[in-house]
Amino acid sequence: MFHWLEQKPFFFAVVLFLTVAFAGFVTIVPDFAKQSQPTVGTKPYTVLELAGRQVYIKDSCNACHSQLIRPFKSETDRYGMYSLSGEYAYDRPFLWGSKRAGPDLMRVGNYRTTDWHENHMMNPSDVVPGTVMPKYPHQFTNMADLATAYANANTQKELFGVPYDTDGMPKLGSWAEAEAQAKEDAKLIASDMKNQSVKDAVANGQVPEIVALIAYLNSLK
Amino acid sequence: MQSNAQLEYDYSIVKAFTFATILFGIIGMLVGVILSFQLAFPELNNLAGEYGTFGRLRPLHTNGVAFGFTLSGIFATWYYVGQRTLKMSLNESKFLMTVAKLHFGLYFITILLAVVTFLMGFTTSKEYAELEWPLDLLVVVWWVLWGVAMFGMIGMRRERTIYVAIWYYMSSFLAIAMLYLFNNMEVPTFLWSGDAPSSLMHSVSMYAGSNDASVQWWYGHNAVAFVFTAPIIGMIYYFLPKESGQNIFSYKLSLLSFWGLMFVYLWAGGHHLLYSTVPDWMQTMGSTMSVVLILPSWGSAINMLLTMKGEWQQLQTSPLIKFMILASTFYMLSTIEGPIQAIKSVNAIAHFTDWIPGHVHDGVLGWVGFMTMASLFHMAPRMFKREIYSKSLMETQFWLQTVGIVFYFTSMWIAGITQGMMWRAYDEYGSLLYSFIDTVEVLHPYYTIRAVGGLFYLVGFFIFAYNIYKTATAGRVLDKEPANASPMAS
Repeated sequence: MFHWLEQKPFFFAVVLFLTVAFAGFVTIVPDFAKQSQPTVGTKPYTVLELAGRQVYIKDSCNACHSQLIRPFKSETDRYGMYSLSGEYAYDRPFLWGSKRAGPDLMRVGNYRTTDWHENHMMNPSDVVPGTVMPKYPHQFTNMADLATAYANANTQKELFGVPYDTDGMPKLGSWAEAEAQAKEDAKLIASDMKNQSVKDAVANGQVPEIVALIAYLNSLK
Repeated sequence: MQSNAQLEYDYSIVKAFTFATILFGIIGMLVGVILSFQLAFPELNNLAGEYGTFGRLRPLHTNGVAFGFTLSGIFATWYYVGQRTLKMSLNESKFLMTVAKLHFGLYFITILLAVVTFLMGFTTSKEYAELEWPLDLLVVVWWVLWGVAMFGMIGMRRERTIYVAIWYYMSSFLAIAMLYLFNNMEVPTFLWSGDAPSSLMHSVSMYAGSNDASVQWWYGHNAVAFVFTAPIIGMIYYFLPKESGQNIFSYKLSLLSFWGLMFVYLWAGGHHLLYSTVPDWMQTMGSTMSVVLILPSWGSAINMLLTMKGEWQQLQTSPLIKFMILASTFYMLSTIEGPIQAIKSVNAIAHFTDWIPGHVHDGVLGWVGFMTMASLFHMAPRMFKREIYSKSLMETQFWLQTVGIVFYFTSMWIAGITQGMMWRAYDEYGSLLYSFIDTVEVLHPYYTIRAVGGLFYLVGFFIFAYNIYKTATAGRVLDKEPANASPMAS
C-alpha cells in the first residue's frame, strides 16, 4: 500500500492530511461548547479595561507573566484560588502565557493597588529590588486607544454574543457614551495616582496607557 | 534516468532563499542574544525607549528564527532537493519559475513587515502566531504559492516514486496550512467598530479563554513539529546520504517513523496545558501521546545514525558530516527531554520555568540550526560551482557553537529546576519559603552563562555567513559537480 501511495502524490497528500488532521478534531471539538460557559459572576471587560488589556498585549506582558493558577497548594498560597475555565469566558485572546520570568497576574487586582502599579511601572526596581523587569515610562506619555477598545467590545457583543448592555453587565452603548464613560472611569484611577502629567492629561479628557493598564490590572481578581 | 545528463537545475531561487536564511538568521539570533543579556542585565531593556524592551523584542526573536531563518532554510532546500529528487528543473516551466519568484518576493516582504510591526507593538499575543491579520493574509498567499510550486514540480517529475525527503516537505505544507488557518481565525475590529475610529490593524480572536488556549497550543506545538521537525528530517534524509555516499539504513524504519510522527504529533499539544482549565482527559491524552512520540522521533534519528554504519571515520575527515551527526544526536536529546517534561508530575515543576526555553534551544540550536547550516554547506559547492572556502573555519564554527549550546541548555536546566523547586518550597511552619523575587535573583548566574552561550552561537553563525560568502565569491572554481563529499579548502 505504501509503495503505491508513494507513486500517487495526490492520494498520498489526502491520506497524509487525514492522518495529521485527525487528532485535532478529536481533542478540540467535543468540549468546545462546554468550555466557553462563563462562571457565575464573571463579567466582560469595560472599555477602559479592554484598552488596558490591549496595552498589556502591545508590550507583550504575557511573555513574562502568566494568568493561570494551577491547582497546587504552593500556587494557591502564592496567587490565590486556582483558575476555573469559566473565568476566561470573555478573554479574547487568552493570556495564560508560557513562562514566568515574573509572577502570575491572574488575581493581581486582589493584592496590588493603583499607586503600587504606578511606582512599579515607572521603575520596577524602586518597588522590587533585584527585579529583571523593564521600565515602562512610555506608558505614561502614550495615549491609550479607546476607539479600538470600543470596536473590540462591540465586535464581541455583536458577533460573539458577549452580554454587554444586559442586566448587571457593563454598559457599552454608543461610541460617544462609551468614550465618556471610559474617561470617567479613568478619572477614578487617576485620583489615586501622583504623576502630575498623567493627572493633567486625564483632566483634559485624555487617557494615558498607564491609566488603562492599571484599570485592567485592578480588574484581575 | 538516462536523460539526467542534460538536466540543468536552476538554482536562482535556492540562492535567494539561502541569502534570506543568512540575513534572517543574523537578525533573529542577534535579537535572541540581546534578550538573553536583558534577563541577566535588565538595564539593557531601556536603551531604545519602548522599542527595545524584552516584551517588544521577544516575538521578533521567535518569529525571526522560526519563520525567518528556519523557513528560508526549508524553502532553499526544498527548491534544491525538490528539483533533484523529482528529476525536473524549474527552468523547464515558465509558470513554476514565476510562482517560485513570487513566493520568494512576497515571503521576503512579509518578514520585513513583521519586523516593523512587531517593533510598533502590533501583535495578537499568541505565541508563534503573533502577526496581525493583514500579515496573516500575506502569509496565506505565499504559502499557497509554495504549494503550487510544490505540487507543480511533483506533477512534472520524471522519477515515478516520491522520495522520503519529499514526504516530509509535503507534510509541512499541508499541516501548517491547516494549523495556521484555524489558529488565526480573527475578526478585524474596524469592521464592527460602531462608528468608533478603530485601528485598522487590530483584530479579536474568534475563540475565547480555554478554547482559545486549546487551539493555540494545538497550533503552537505543531508549528514546532512542522517547521522545526518534519522538514528538517526531510533535509537530513537527502543531505546525509548524499554527503556520506551511504544508502539510508532502512526503508521500513523510514515508513514507521514518518507515518508514526504524522499520526502522533498532533495529539501532543495538550502537554502545554497540563494542570490548566482545559479538559482533564485532553491533558492526559497530550501527556501520553508525548511519551509515545519518542518512538517515531528516535526511529528517524536511529535510521540516520545507522546510515553511517561502517563509515564512522568520515566524522574525522568531514566537518560537514560532523554537523549532521551532531544535529541528529541533539534531535535524540531533545525528543527524549520533551516527553520527560510532558509527564504530569515533572511538568508540575518544569512548566513556566527556564527549563522550557532550555529544551527548545537544544532542539533548535543543535538540531535545526546545525542541520540547516550543514544543508547550506552541502548545496554551496553545487550551486556556486566552487569549493567550500575554508574547512578550518567550519571546524572553528562547529566547536564554538557546540560549546555555546552546551552552555545554553545546562544553565537553563539548572535554572529551571532550581526555580521550580523554590516556587514550591515550604518552611517548617507551612509557609512558602521564598518570595517570588528570591527565585528571580538566584537565576542571575545562569542567565549570564546562557547569554554567553548564545553569544558563542551567534559568533559561530557570523563565521558561517562569512564562509558561505567567501565560497560564493572566492572559492576555487570546480570543473564538475562533486558526487558525494563536498570539496573544501583547508
